[in-house]
Amino acid sequence: MFHWLEKHPFFFAVGVFLVISFAGLIEILPNFAQASRPVIGTTPYSTLELAGRHVYIKNSCNACHSQLVRPFKSETDRYGHYSLSGEYAYDRPFLWGSKRTGPDLWRVGNYRTTDWHENHMKDPAGVVPGSIMPAYRWMFTNNADIDTAFAEQLTVAQFFSVPYNKPVPMKDGSTTVVKMGSSVAEANALALAEAKLIAADMKDQDVKDAVANGQIPEIVALIAYLNSLK
Amino acid sequence: MENRPLEYDYTVAKMFMLTTIILGIVGMLIGVILAFQLAFPEVNLILGEGLAEYTNFSRLRPLHTDAVIFGFTFSGIFSTWYYVGQRVLKVSMAESGFLMFIGKLHFWLYLVGVAAVVVSLFMGITTSKEYAEFEWPIDIAIVVVWVLFGLSIFGLIGIRREKSLYISIWYYIATFLGIAMLYLFNNMEIPTMLAQSAAGESGIGAWYHSVSMYAGTNDALVQWWYGHNAVAFGFTVPIVAMIYYFLPKESGQAIYSYKLSLLSFWGLMFVYLWAGGHHLLYSTVPDWMQTMGSIFSVILILPSWGSAINMLLTMKGEWQQVAASPLIKFMVLGSTFYMFSTLEGPIQAIKSVNAIAHFTDWIVGHVHDGVLGWVGFMIMAALFHMAPRVFKREIYSKSLMATQFWIQTLGVVLYFTSMWIAGITQGMMWRAHDEFGNLAYSFIDTVTVLHPYYTIRGVGGLLYLVGFLMFAYNIYKTMSARPVEESELQNASPMGA
Repeated sequence: MFHWLEKHPFFFAVGVFLVISFAGLIEILPNFAQASRPVIGTTPYSTLELAGRHVYIKNSCNACHSQLVRPFKSETDRYGHYSLSGEYAYDRPFLWGSKRTGPDLWRVGNYRTTDWHENHMKDPAGVVPGSIMPAYRWMFTNNADIDTAFAEQLTVAQFFSVPYNKPVPMKDGSTTVVKMGSSVAEANALALAEAKLIAADMKDQDVKDAVANGQIPEIVALIAYLNSLK
Repeated sequence: MENRPLEYDYTVAKMFMLTTIILGIVGMLIGVILAFQLAFPEVNLILGEGLAEYTNFSRLRPLHTDAVIFGFTFSGIFSTWYYVGQRVLKVSMAESGFLMFIGKLHFWLYLVGVAAVVVSLFMGITTSKEYAEFEWPIDIAIVVVWVLFGLSIFGLIGIRREKSLYISIWYYIATFLGIAMLYLFNNMEIPTMLAQSAAGESGIGAWYHSVSMYAGTNDALVQWWYGHNAVAFGFTVPIVAMIYYFLPKESGQAIYSYKLSLLSFWGLMFVYLWAGGHHLLYSTVPDWMQTMGSIFSVILILPSWGSAINMLLTMKGEWQQVAASPLIKFMVLGSTFYMFSTLEGPIQAIKSVNAIAHFTDWIVGHVHDGVLGWVGFMIMAALFHMAPRVFKREIYSKSLMATQFWIQTLGVVLYFTSMWIAGITQGMMWRAHDEFGNLAYSFIDTVTVLHPYYTIRGVGGLLYLVGFLMFAYNIYKTMSARPVEESELQNASPMGA
């Protein structure tokens, strides 16, 4: 059979393709629908948080920080409850990372504050002596891309039925609604309102002035995103 | 005409040789910079505060991995294909104007793709998925380049004279099919400019932005099915294709066992795809998938070692060549690193080991003993073998080649030993508890302790880069020398015996 295949390239290629596609079908498909179901209390990202997530991705924060708490005592002691599949239902893409040069961030919103992040992103070693993390000062002057975040919200709402403007069940039995704008202008207004709450807790005067003038520096969006990780 | 040896046309092979070398230097240089950034964070400001955004670790890291994978390695794969393909199929590219056109188009579009990738990654335009960072416009370009590669493979096979496909061709075909399947499925994404707001606006935000078709755990599954197997079909399959051709050619020895090559090929094809789950041990993917990933990773030792042993036994009775020829040294040590790396990987895929190893530098060490020791050595050996035949000139300096070999070997050894120690140290410190059951170390303790190992790794990487520059210089001097050989050397074909 093998000698015959080696003289018939078409059938050889078909044979290779069958053999290599087998595993993907069996391993990936069966669980697909179930794994994408959110757990109670998981909410979609707001416009500002999503813009912050884009800042996180733009700077490849995931190259050094994981977002996956494994079910070990040492990890739950350090980072909080281990990760559940449904908590990632609105994560497109997933940001688990593959290397922990710095600590895990999946529940960083539980134990770090706006103030802490502000100082840390300006001068990591000043906050954590011995830190090898570089500073991210340009985030204080570059503006976040709210329009693209809004476009992404619209896309996931239309294609994947992510529940924006709809009641989402919370752990205490109540419901909450994550708002999405109906136009670019409204989306920007929503993001700015959220940005003002973050900026109120910050110290950098330039950032405060920018937000007061209707701009949203990247750092504000990023902090909104990091605070949402709980 | 009938009795004259074929004159092969190496135009495209030469073009890709050039990008192999240039992108190799770029990728490895960025790697060395990254290594020193971890040891000495001031290196993040290597071009000053003003350009910090573009020289900082996180912005450069995807550039390093992609330059080495899609730049250096894939150029090497293409270059050897345009050399080996003609020779084992016994047909010249000069015989088909169409295939020549496809080959050249393949090269130039590839170059356009590389330029687009470099610019976009510097700007921070990325999907964040490892080795699949490119946004949809570049994905489309990559698919076109890949289709051209496929046309070239099957086109050349279509007009072949040698009816039976040599082992290397099996592996090139598998490379084409495997990457095509993996890349397409992992990059399923929806451009966000397609969305419409309630107010009727469309084309909102950045036109190049897209969102993954998969969410959370599913996205992770597809990504590591891709991530692990892109390594298979980029760093293993095509490199095995190379060694099956170049080792017998260079040593004048026939392949040790045809049956072993059959077993390793079909075994590798079947087993490799299952192993991706070992990247997701203790994550939120179902336990049975994790276990499958773990078990198949261990089984993967068989086909991997099958190829490696087949290579080493091909040298049976001819071991004096290892001492005599630096080129044989590269290939034999490459096979040995392949064995070593394909044993190390399965060990790391065992769940209890993975609990310590995952997220640490030990994984980084594993990737690099495979890529530096196996992929890098094999591609350089292939180019060293090709250069005299392609340029019709003797290699400029054999002693430079030998020096390079030892410098790079030392570099690889420093690299993986330091990363082993760093990884296991950090993994153990993360999980250590004191007598009262509290965590023994804060996270920063587990970072500062790594400083000496990061420094050693930087030195190891630097040595490898220095060796690669010697390689580039050697090839350059070979190219630019006066031609000395009128016709190419006529060695026995690997099919011969």
